[in-house]
Amino acid sequence: MGYEDKELKWVGTRQIRPDGVDKVTGRANFGADLNLPGMLTGKILRSPHPHAKIVSINTDKAAALPGVKAIVTGADMPEMPSEMAQAGEGAVNFRYLSNNIMAHDKVLYDGHPVAAVAAISDAVANEALSLIEVEYEVLPHVIDVEESMKPDAPVLHDTIFTAGVEPKPEKPSNVVMRVQMGFGDPDAGYEKSDVVIERNYTTQPVHQGYIEPHAAVVEWTENDECRIWCSSQGQFMVRTFTAKLLDLELAQVRVTPAEIGGGFGGKTTIYLEPVAALLSRKSHRPVRMVMSRDEVFRATGPTSGTAMRVKIGATRDGKIQGAEAELKYQAGAYPGSPVAPGCMTAFAPYALENVKTVGYDVVVNRPLSASYRAPGAPMASFAVESAIDELAQELGMDPIDLRLKNAAKEGTQAPYGPKFKSIGYIETLEAAKAHPNYNIPLGPNQGRGVASGFWFNIGMQSSATVNVAEDGTVCVISGNPDIGGSRASLAMMAAEVLGVDYNKVKIIVGDTASIGYNDVTGGSRVTFATGMAIIQAAEDVVQQLRERAAMTWDIGVDAVVWEDGFARPASANAGDFKPLSLADIAAKAGRTGGPINGKAAINARGAGAGFGTHICDVEVDPDTGHVTVLRYTAVQDAGKAIHPGYVEGQMQGGVAQGVGWALNEEYIYGEDGRLQNPGFLDYRMPVASDLPMIDTVIVEVPNPAHPFGVRGVGEVPIVPPLGATANAVSHAIGKRMTDLPLSPPAIVSALDS
Amino acid sequence: MAKFHVTATVNGEEVEYLCDPQQTMLDVLRDELNLTGTKEGCSSGDCGACSVILDGRLVCSCLALGAELDGAKIETIEGMAEGDELHPLQQKFLEEAALQCGFCTPGFLVAAKNLLERNPDPTETEVRYWLAGNLCRCTGYDKIIRSVLDVAAEMRGS
Repeated sequence: MGYEDKELKWVGTRQIRPDGVDKVTGRANFGADLNLPGMLTGKILRSPHPHAKIVSINTDKAAALPGVKAIVTGADMPEMPSEMAQAGEGAVNFRYLSNNIMAHDKVLYDGHPVAAVAAISDAVANEALSLIEVEYEVLPHVIDVEESMKPDAPVLHDTIFTAGVEPKPEKPSNVVMRVQMGFGDPDAGYEKSDVVIERNYTTQPVHQGYIEPHAAVVEWTENDECRIWCSSQGQFMVRTFTAKLLDLELAQVRVTPAEIGGGFGGKTTIYLEPVAALLSRKSHRPVRMVMSRDEVFRATGPTSGTAMRVKIGATRDGKIQGAEAELKYQAGAYPGSPVAPGCMTAFAPYALENVKTVGYDVVVNRPLSASYRAPGAPMASFAVESAIDELAQELGMDPIDLRLKNAAKEGTQAPYGPKFKSIGYIETLEAAKAHPNYNIPLGPNQGRGVASGFWFNIGMQSSATVNVAEDGTVCVISGNPDIGGSRASLAMMAAEVLGVDYNKVKIIVGDTASIGYNDVTGGSRVTFATGMAIIQAAEDVVQQLRERAAMTWDIGVDAVVWEDGFARPASANAGDFKPLSLADIAAKAGRTGGPINGKAAINARGAGAGFGTHICDVEVDPDTGHVTVLRYTAVQDAGKAIHPGYVEGQMQGGVAQGVGWALNEEYIYGEDGRLQNPGFLDYRMPVASDLPMIDTVIVEVPNPAHPFGVRGVGEVPIVPPLGATANAVSHAIGKRMTDLPLSPPAIVSALDS
Repeated sequence: MAKFHVTATVNGEEVEYLCDPQQTMLDVLRDELNLTGTKEGCSSGDCGACSVILDGRLVCSCLALGAELDGAKIETIEGMAEGDELHPLQQKFLEEAALQCGFCTPGFLVAAKNLLERNPDPTETEVRYWLAGNLCRCTGYDKIIRSVLDVAAEMRGS
């Protein structure tokens, strides 16, 4: 059913979110807020070394401390086979996941867990940790991605032989795989070109920076059920991963999602749950584990640091003739950097005939990288959008005009293979060019940067239930944690389909036993895919309501239509009956066939690709190197904004994270391989005084695969800011800046050189 | 280890509690008084998620010790609404979608309320600097700052 031509009552409006009052009054329960009777505190002992063999672990003294109820080490975790398995948003190797959660024989980064205790208080748990004796044999370590690729680099895993190269290497190395994609012949393109730009770029690892540290409460019940309450981006992901790592049946594990205090991809995996489960099983008591901020920085997230090379050639008219990129991404301690999506997205905004991207996934002695909003795309986009900007400069063209000249549109073959369906990239460029921001005159030391960005968006599996209560109110059950207001957009779509008041629709996020399987809250999929499931479940309800009305009136169901919340005869021929409201029918449901409940379980296809174009104005203080963001405008194709306020919020939040990535955020390691800035004071995320208002323009080019035209919106907004900010700074100081972050020392040094 | 016996006023009500010497005000609020609306994001005073009002001053409750609070007057997010009536800042945050995950929200609301009590007519820059001690990773601050400015204008007008 399509709704494009209908007058919409709820979709496109700004309703108050159903969970809102709980969240502004402090009543909402996040991961660390649950308190069970008899609950213990669990804490983790972490490696101080970036690379070492564990020779021995002696827990005797800790176990003897009064108040210590259980201790777990790697020996308590079942051995996992090294095999890739589909899970959540991508593939996961459970051996690596298990070893990352609790080291077995080697530690691979500062912060790697080696043991855990459960005790009656924080103080006792901390004292117990200090009594655990670990003997390490310290090994040489490697932190930098290009150092790690050298033949004489310390090897992290003797089981890794570079995949994707011929012949298969005989020696293990830190290069996990080489990927290549593209078509045509870039070299032939450069020969035709009048201008060729080629540069190297680097970016540093950055953390997702959610304000809520990871937290979980686990109770292993006496009838062998593993009950988990935790903050995550997917209760089913937690169930799958925990069951796998502990060798349990899925139905033995029941996960109740807490409210989630930010994730941005970083909570699409697990760290604490299996450990807390083992501690609970040993102690026969519920165990709560909450990470400190130091632990969050040292052992969770981040996304990859990179070393990249981009080459682009164009003829004088601005037509890009050839383009290539080589991307080297840090995976952290175990394989799994997002280099493949980096390769796929790098040139996606452009219609190219000759394009090639090559990527390397490289392990280093850093925490295992985790998904971060449009995983892999922002860094590659930074490199490409910087080169495009420089190309415009060399050609003397307006940077938006250059992008318009080469913009991907419906039918363009994407560099990663398929042809784009209906997309709105050109519309974002035109809206950016027409925006007042683009024409405000700049003063001395000021610069303006433009960049575009792309993200696929995904669909995948969703289940939904819509239950009609006897009084005509409606209860929706979703299976996706609400990370940024999705309850509102989902309930609005249900209200729209049913024709009832939004305030009569209640929505909960169900636990793993009360709703069918759902993939994670990630990939910008919830409003699209889970929204589609809820629309279908609501349509299932509408069908049943029509049947009940038909039965009541003793006419055929085809002679009943559902309009604005009422069953009506389809025409005068069908008979003269007083319309029946949803509440009228619900009140008599027991006498017309029983309760009215709608269900849908889908694998949503056709997530519409998303594009955005951003404008950033900065001023640089030439004495201190400090960058002030003067103005920022984000333009994005949302397909259809169900709740425009939360779409704007996604755009503004992505911009803030991207500006932080560009200007300040980075992991700083010492020569000893230890992280030197594991706190918010020294890992400098943008605060309110660092940013201006962030203007937004929502473009709506409907996604034909969704009943309301929705495209995902959560990830695109973090892709352009790195390039837009760096381009602005480069113009402000008259030097091309290629290494992020553009912190004051980096800018002063560039100005002095 | 002997515990401290403390009597304090929290959200207008006198409370008594026992606490260990190393427990912070945040630990006491969350674990002893079950006021979990005050959040822990860093325990080092850098994120503001644990903001409360202590004797009229905005503080990070992770930076004060529970044992020091005898006779203190503390206001937390749980005391911000009056009965069924939300504070205008709470209502505005809902209307303007000024929260996404909602984890930093209690801290922002407590801090913003304290600002408006001190300065009913702040400039945008003053709001941004007052709230610079509160980290939000979801919103980019835009809708939060607008909400505070809007409420300030409405409260001056009423």
